[in-house]
Amino acid sequence: MAHVFELWIGSLLTLMIFSFLYKDNPFYKFAEHLFVGVSAAYWMVIGIWSTLMPNLVARIWPNALQGIVNMPADAKPQYHYLIPAVFGILMLTRLIEKISWLSRWAMAFVIGFAAGTNFTRYLQSDFVGQIYNAMIPFIAKGDGGISIGASISGIVLLIGVISALCYFFFSKEHSGAFGAVSRVGIWFLMVTFGAAFGYTVMARISLLTGRMQYLGEWLSSIF
Amino acid sequence: MTDEKPEETQKKRDIIKIMNTIDRRIIFLLIALAIILPLVFHLVFTVRASPIVEAIFDKVESLPPGSKVILSFDYGPSTVPENQPMAEAVARHVLHKDLKLYMMAVWATGPPQIDLVKSRVVDVDFPKKVYGKDWINLGYKAGNQGLINAILLDLKGMYTTDIHGTPIDDFEMMRDVANLTDMSLIVCIGSGYPGMREWVQFAGDPGRIPVCGGVTAVEAPLLYPYYPRQLLGLMGGLQGAAEYEATLVTKYPQFIATSEQAVKLMGPQTVAHLVIISFVIIGNIAFFAEKGRQRKGKKA
Amino acid sequence: MKVQIPLIISFIVGIALIIAIFVPHDPFHSMNETFSIYFDLIAVFAFILGGGNLLKVHGDKIYRRAKDWKYSIVTAAGFIIMLVVGALKLGGPPGFTGDVTAEGSWFKFMYDSLFVPLQSTMFSLLAFFVASASYRAFRAKTREATLLLIAAFIILVGRTPLGHYLTGWLPPPLQFLHIPNVSNWILSFPNMAGQRAIMIGISLGIIATSLKMILGIERSYLGGESK
Repeated sequence: MAHVFELWIGSLLTLMIFSFLYKDNPFYKFAEHLFVGVSAAYWMVIGIWSTLMPNLVARIWPNALQGIVNMPADAKPQYHYLIPAVFGILMLTRLIEKISWLSRWAMAFVIGFAAGTNFTRYLQSDFVGQIYNAMIPFIAKGDGGISIGASISGIVLLIGVISALCYFFFSKEHSGAFGAVSRVGIWFLMVTFGAAFGYTVMARISLLTGRMQYLGEWLSSIF
Repeated sequence: MTDEKPEETQKKRDIIKIMNTIDRRIIFLLIALAIILPLVFHLVFTVRASPIVEAIFDKVESLPPGSKVILSFDYGPSTVPENQPMAEAVARHVLHKDLKLYMMAVWATGPPQIDLVKSRVVDVDFPKKVYGKDWINLGYKAGNQGLINAILLDLKGMYTTDIHGTPIDDFEMMRDVANLTDMSLIVCIGSGYPGMREWVQFAGDPGRIPVCGGVTAVEAPLLYPYYPRQLLGLMGGLQGAAEYEATLVTKYPQFIATSEQAVKLMGPQTVAHLVIISFVIIGNIAFFAEKGRQRKGKKA
Repeated sequence: MKVQIPLIISFIVGIALIIAIFVPHDPFHSMNETFSIYFDLIAVFAFILGGGNLLKVHGDKIYRRAKDWKYSIVTAAGFIIMLVVGALKLGGPPGFTGDVTAEGSWFKFMYDSLFVPLQSTMFSLLAFFVASASYRAFRAKTREATLLLIAAFIILVGRTPLGHYLTGWLPPPLQFLHIPNVSNWILSFPNMAGQRAIMIGISLGIIATSLKMILGIERSYLGGESK
């Protein structure tokens, strides 16, 4: 029975959102506003029960949470977790204008962590890693000799990376030989964007198919 | 000067005008029909796998029984049609090969998707598999890439319990796990940030752990630069999922009844692509016809 | 205090994490681990802040009877009901210690009947607009635009079974022209080249910005009083 209710509510909300295809209307606005409220609550509840309670509160006050969060009976308080708790509460001061500047301390921790980890991770995976990945043999060997196809592909890859990088080099005027190379770079980037566009279309259609299937399930439950 | 009669020119102009100004509602309607009709008439095509998807399949095939595989659910309801078939096909394959399956989520919307894998894969195809011994649901923890960074160093520092609140060391399959480096393979099924990129950056590269998985079609082309050295394989969108399912079913035909979700959806997908291509062609024909006429007009 | 302390915190945390990569021993190793866990825990408060802010904004709109204030009631009511149901784990097995998203809980019911259809449909709407925009904007006006169009067409055909049906008959020497093979080649070579160049560019930007943040050169995150 609950599933039938679920299906009806879900399908009506689906139709309310699809009504936007005709034009903006109160049904769409209702569904849109409901979505915002429900989403924020979902994230908050999941955050509280998945992380805040078991990983923070239960570690600071294990005795207070017996019967609310599962934990060993002999769990001892770990007071160093008061540090993230204080930072977290400071973050909430953003809601109170007079003391909202205190939230910067928490933001500073978040920014420091993100900057510190991003610095090393992007350096390793997206910079050095990509240069390393681009270093592939010019002349590829296949079964019993040189593989012409693989060699051409390798050369295309190298030319593509270098020319597209040249295009992104904005501190030098794109003229002469450099301009010609960066023009080749634009061609590669156009193919890249074309591929991305093709894939984007594909993604959106798949999602719509999912919704149509859902509506189909609802209709077959009626008829 | 043109030899065409004025009424013929007018007629041609009307057609071009119609081709150039199709109402968006007509496009909407045709797109909807392109999806509904193949669904109603069960239009199904044969799908063949590409090397980038086969690489994931082969890796799972090559792992010895008992190897540990993390399957991370980093997506939500909005991308379920693309991501869920991937997750289910990989979970089915991993359990069939007697590998240990650790399911977790870096997205708050991941846990309900794990429940779907339990009801559609574990309960249906592997009812004898034991929770905590063969598979486990670790659930979601906040922190995005910070979570991946944390569990690379100490998994139990964040995952003190499973999703149901049972202490983590009560489970047999968790006793010899300290951190992510104990895993033989990381499979991320993702749809954005945090997702596959973060798994490569924060787990695969620093921990030297093989990473692969599936992402939405929007994200797939962006991840190709990691392939094959940092990312051993990638399923891109519904087609990627269908390719994995097709490979799985070819090797293990016993899963035909349960593992062809994405393959079935490729019918509407193909027809909708055709409709969009047709509209782009119509738009371009109208554009060039208009351009040609303007050129002729100038010459005249 | 309003500026100096945040700058010091960012510097200490950022530098410690960078050093931890080059000196993977204590105290830096344990700082890396501890800071990661702290970060994850602070991240939860961002969800609470988001919820609080939502109530503040929509509460204010309702109070002022601003334009469309009635819809703000829908947002606030949806938020409060779902929050109460989830925070108190109403209707779910087995009481407070169980999983909040367990089958049978009211929270799961609201998730399945409200959140799932609303989010999925919002995203699926884009399919219609992508189709309409492609028809209107996709014109082979220049050489570059034509390249983009051709690449998109090959991907659209090659990444569906249609590609196999169209050119599957080609003899083995011409298999490299088989559309799925061409689409795989585009993705694995020209696309990869372009994406790699973009990735290298972005990474340089992120590395430079991260360093500027750690060193306190970039302080826009501190707001207006940062100078």
